[in-house]
Amino acid sequence: MKEARIVRSLAHAAPRNASASFARYTLAVAEVEVRKLARDPTEVFTRSVQPALWLLVFGQVFGRLRAIPTGAMRYIDFMAPGVLAQSVLFTAIFYGIAVIWERDLGLLHKMLVTPAYRGALVLGKAASASARTVAQTVLIYAIALALGVHLSFRVGSLAVVLLAVVLGSAVFSTFSLVVACVVKTRERFMGIGQVLTMPLFFASNAIYPIDMMPGWLKIVARLNPLTYLVDLLRSFMVVGGTSAFGVGTDLAVQLVALVALVLVASKLYPSVAA
Amino acid sequence: MAETPAVETFDLTRRFGDVVAVDRLDLTIEHGVFFGLLGSNGAGKSTTIKMLTTLLPPTSGRARVVGFDVARQAREVRAHIGYVPQMVSADAQLTGRENLLMFAKLYDVPRAERAARASEALAFMGLTDVGERLVRTYSGGMIRRLEVAQALLHRPAVVFLDEPTVGLDPVAKRAVWEKLRDLRARFGTTVLLTTHDMEEAEALCGRIAIMHHGRIVALGTPAELEAEVGPDATMDDVFVHFTGGAVDEGGTYREVARTRRAAQRLG
Repeated sequence: MKEARIVRSLAHAAPRNASASFARYTLAVAEVEVRKLARDPTEVFTRSVQPALWLLVFGQVFGRLRAIPTGAMRYIDFMAPGVLAQSVLFTAIFYGIAVIWERDLGLLHKMLVTPAYRGALVLGKAASASARTVAQTVLIYAIALALGVHLSFRVGSLAVVLLAVVLGSAVFSTFSLVVACVVKTRERFMGIGQVLTMPLFFASNAIYPIDMMPGWLKIVARLNPLTYLVDLLRSFMVVGGTSAFGVGTDLAVQLVALVALVLVASKLYPSVAA
Repeated sequence: MAETPAVETFDLTRRFGDVVAVDRLDLTIEHGVFFGLLGSNGAGKSTTIKMLTTLLPPTSGRARVVGFDVARQAREVRAHIGYVPQMVSADAQLTGRENLLMFAKLYDVPRAERAARASEALAFMGLTDVGERLVRTYSGGMIRRLEVAQALLHRPAVVFLDEPTVGLDPVAKRAVWEKLRDLRARFGTTVLLTTHDMEEAEALCGRIAIMHHGRIVALGTPAELEAEVGPDATMDDVFVHFTGGAVDEGGTYREVARTRRAAQRLG
């Protein structure tokens, strides 16, 4: 029988190792994003304008005012990791719109009708967002260097910063994906994205220390994953940077948030196509 | 496995709130058949396809595809089927080949075979010359053929096509038809397509089911259905006879917008 032969021919293609398959699906999704990025890197440049302005204008003015107590650190050194974290947040928080876009196209439906694990598709999207922010990080380092920020170039420090950027983008882009899966339309998503970014940014230690905040805001900031991303970046990106919460806590918060969000997103993801 | 039908549904039902989109559907499609699911917008065709391709869980009833239950063995079902959604499902910012290679990975095609399978699929769909070009530069007919190629990389036993030629000009439409015929002739693939193009149904389908308000109101070969309606009946007459209306009646704003968008992108 012809059809029997076809069905049998698939047997060899059946996945033998679940975790290897999971990694392959994730990389397949992320790889196309890297290709697109390499083909058209315009967005990486346009997105580095805003952090450049924050460092140049806000950083210079507030550094001169000395209005923000940053201990032994110069203000520009204090805020540079905060601006990097902001760039991660602002890029990743709108990343979820890709799923709405792909749903409108039909690409999402087609990907969901492959044997790929839903969690791997979600993590692939997260890795795609990370690829973008890593490219932006290189530019932000260049800008910060030009502005005289005391950057640390020890290999170990750079490795931790890279890990932090990758994890932070994955966390916020997956959060964004969850929002997109819930609201389902572009208009509502953009509205919510705008509403979320500023509170997440200002209720964190990105541009001022938590100690300066009123009590209620301190609580919000301690619950905000961005705070821990900033803390991690601040301990490794600049010379003399210190961690307020400990590197272990910072990393654990990112990892736990990522795992939880990927689990939620994997459940919600298929409903977008329904 | 050859004894199990390609597609079987038992009392398959899907409700959206108070609306019954698919109403206790019992359907059997044998292997190697070119099966057409006809109906107006909102008749339940797309909902049926979404349930059979595991995109949408049934409210009640069961469905099996190549012997696997769509609800409980979704992953096995997905490994054995190909799906071409109505909307554009190729990534415009990638080349044709890159699109294929990504799906080859998602479909568990072994690494050593991926490049060959992609080339084979491009050749089969007549896209060898444009494989390295960005899909952005493709014509509507080329995009559709690439999308079919994407769905064939893992040599599926059943291929689902949702309105495969909507928005294509007559020449491009015929080119897609020809490829779909080749597919069945060469691989014996079972094809289930939805359409509201009567000419398409007659040109391609060995068996046809007409859906209306979530139920199948007529089932048979095009000739049988025509004979049932009258001596000189055409497929258009058949359609009007069984559904009591013209082909394009019905459809929500969202469905119409989506069809037009797809047509626009392909045009």
